[in-house]
Amino acid sequence: MPYLDYAASAPMRAEALAAMLPLLERPAANPSSQHAQGRAARAAVETAREQVAALVGAAPSEVVFTSGGTEADNLAVKGAVLTRPAGERHLVCSAVEHHAVLDAAAWAEADAGAEADLAPVDGSGRVDLDRLAALLRPGRTALVAVMAANNEVGTGQPVAAAAELAHGAGAVLLCDAVQAAGLPGVDMAADGVDLLALTAHKLGGPTGVGALVVRTGTALRPLLHGGGQERGLRSGTLPAAAIAGFGAAAAAALDDRTSGAATTLATLRSRLFATLRTLAPDLEVNGGPTSDPAVSPNTPEAAVPLNVPGAADPPNRNGLSTSDAAARATPDPAAAAPAPARVGLPGLLSVRFPGRRAEDLLLLLDRYGVACSAGSACASGAVTPSHVLVAMGRDPVAARETVRFSLGHASTEADVDAAAAAMAQALEVLTPQEAPR
Amino acid sequence: MTDQVLVAMSGGVDSSVAAALAVEAGWDVTGVHLKLADTPGHLQVQGKGCCTLADAEDARRVADTLGIPFYVWDMAEEFQRAVVDDFAAEYAGGRTPNPCARCNERVKVVGLLARARTLGFDALATGHYARVEAGRLYRGVDAAKDQSYVLYMLGPAELERLRLPLGRLTKPEVRATAARLGLRTAAKPESYDVCFVPDGDTAGWLERRLGQRPGDVVDTAGRVLGHHRGAYRYTVGQRRGLGIAAPSPRYVLRVEPAAGRVVVGERADLAIGSVHLERVTATDGRSLRPGRAKVRLRAHGAEVGCRVVPLDAAPDGPGEPRGSVPAGRVRLDLDEPVDAVAPGQAGVLYDGDLVLGGGTVASAEAVGGGTSETGTSTEAATGTP
Repeated sequence: MPYLDYAASAPMRAEALAAMLPLLERPAANPSSQHAQGRAARAAVETAREQVAALVGAAPSEVVFTSGGTEADNLAVKGAVLTRPAGERHLVCSAVEHHAVLDAAAWAEADAGAEADLAPVDGSGRVDLDRLAALLRPGRTALVAVMAANNEVGTGQPVAAAAELAHGAGAVLLCDAVQAAGLPGVDMAADGVDLLALTAHKLGGPTGVGALVVRTGTALRPLLHGGGQERGLRSGTLPAAAIAGFGAAAAAALDDRTSGAATTLATLRSRLFATLRTLAPDLEVNGGPTSDPAVSPNTPEAAVPLNVPGAADPPNRNGLSTSDAAARATPDPAAAAPAPARVGLPGLLSVRFPGRRAEDLLLLLDRYGVACSAGSACASGAVTPSHVLVAMGRDPVAARETVRFSLGHASTEADVDAAAAAMAQALEVLTPQEAPR
Repeated sequence: MTDQVLVAMSGGVDSSVAAALAVEAGWDVTGVHLKLADTPGHLQVQGKGCCTLADAEDARRVADTLGIPFYVWDMAEEFQRAVVDDFAAEYAGGRTPNPCARCNERVKVVGLLARARTLGFDALATGHYARVEAGRLYRGVDAAKDQSYVLYMLGPAELERLRLPLGRLTKPEVRATAARLGLRTAAKPESYDVCFVPDGDTAGWLERRLGQRPGDVVDTAGRVLGHHRGAYRYTVGQRRGLGIAAPSPRYVLRVEPAAGRVVVGERADLAIGSVHLERVTATDGRSLRPGRAKVRLRAHGAEVGCRVVPLDAAPDGPGEPRGSVPAGRVRLDLDEPVDAVAPGQAGVLYDGDLVLGGGTVASAEAVGGGTSETGTSTEAATGTP
């Protein structure tokens, strides 16, 4: 069954499962216990901590394991706000952050005396740094949140420049790297990130585990109190097996950076796009990882100086294609020295099919055995217009006609071709709808 | 090839059993739950109203039990526009709408049928207590639960593709079926209220939406008997909440929103001898033919014999066509007086169990009151099956 919904959750990697099974099969042990079984569990956790740290350019002692990306984002936003006195609880979030960030900020406004501002994005979903800078309140802004790459449209963000602006105002920078940690990858040290949110299951690890990487010296208040695990920042018995799976997935994701996986994904994405455009010449691409005109012909505003990381980009010390390298690879003389954005998600393709409801397309694709998704789902499971697409200036109708295909570590040409064939069938069934009055 | 059937699943026991029977019939069944309200989950009253998160969960678990694919479709905008806004506007205009009929006409049945067809499904199944046989609409066999009244606007194009698996069952049989199949909705309580007014306080809901619009309560001679906060709080036949002292009970005879007046009178003044229906459609897709029929003028009201007098032919009646059927106007001369016929309600015509069609009550004339239109002569009984 072709699975093109990696951005929702990636299938588990064999390495992750192999790392987890021994810990699930042997007698349960608490990594905090002193006995041999406890020590073995602790060793598995610490190995994973090193693997996760290596993935993001951090020190192992900076990794705080959480229950996932949502908890990591909540701990970052609430924990950073609560370290500051009243009057210094100002937040700036890019308008396309995940709800785990936006709703935590809304909580801080409602219940912790904070004030939050949204920094707008351009038509490609890239945050407007000038507008962001204007929103900062030097000495009073506690936290700035700019994600590494957007989960719905794949657009990379100018994280390093945002961090510089944040630091200039005395704020810390939260980078939600839940989607981008694998490919294209992130580098906390290079980008000046103070707080970095991760989750295992988007890397091919298990659900239920993630991390907030807290740069040494960053003030943070814990949200969960108890046994004092994770340097007091996150109490609770560590799930050793899940963490071991996380570590193994992180190690495998790091290997992907030097094995040409990003190029493979970009090629698959282009192949999918080329077929879809033949099927529906009126389709529109939202954002994306690249300015390649063959991939985003209908969104000229998406032409930010990005490039697909790949063989032409010599990887740096941890296998990461840096944003600077990407910017140099495709200089854009028209733009007045734009701050380099991080490379976006190489395997993500967000496409609008004008006149077709995404709900209807997804139902048909599901009937044909192809998994992909549309926008975000509300609690009841209904597809709701995406706040990301709306922030990018798309009208709600366009937002409801948008389908997201996302590829990852096990994607193949056969998957992409099957998805395209299913889409051909679905488009044949569906006749374009008139926009509602 | 197996019929591909979309089943509307509200999360109640009726639509759960409809889905189960559709599966038992051997059809290729897909469940869909309509999210019709935007109320945030934590503000929803448990077990009240419809379309709560709990209802969506119930529907999803029933679909799991039946092993069918299940989707939630957000039709809150359509529902708001076509049903909720219309409900408020109708009351503001002095009428008493039937939101369930409106919902079936615009969203739940006709709207879903259109989407089902777009997606390549052969049919839509719902949990309504009514029957479709040989392309015609009939009452459900459970007289107490019969919902043919809220489906009268369907025409041949809809009926051809609508399946009503509960039509030959009684409510106790439906509950027993749910229990037999282990569906978690088997013992779920009935919902009676207007689904978007979960506390049942329609007057309060209207006042929040429309604001207070004070005016006078007057008698038929125009004498002011009292005052009210909004004419929309009153419906024809209403006795309570008039806030007037009178020697004998007074009833609302008319609501005149433009003048802000509520006209009251004696019970005898309520007796209606003839009714005008607008937006009239016939389930066979033609115009209603002149002749005799029985009419029901409110959801659970009694039926009365009448003479059907078409006033103009379809298709250019007032309002838009309904589903596939052109709309027109008719006058109904009632065999015996009916108390309190409220404009805005549905008037549904029957020949035995067969639903002939119906329309929206435009006006009602007291017994002895003449009508201005000239009727055509009485013909043979309309539309025998």
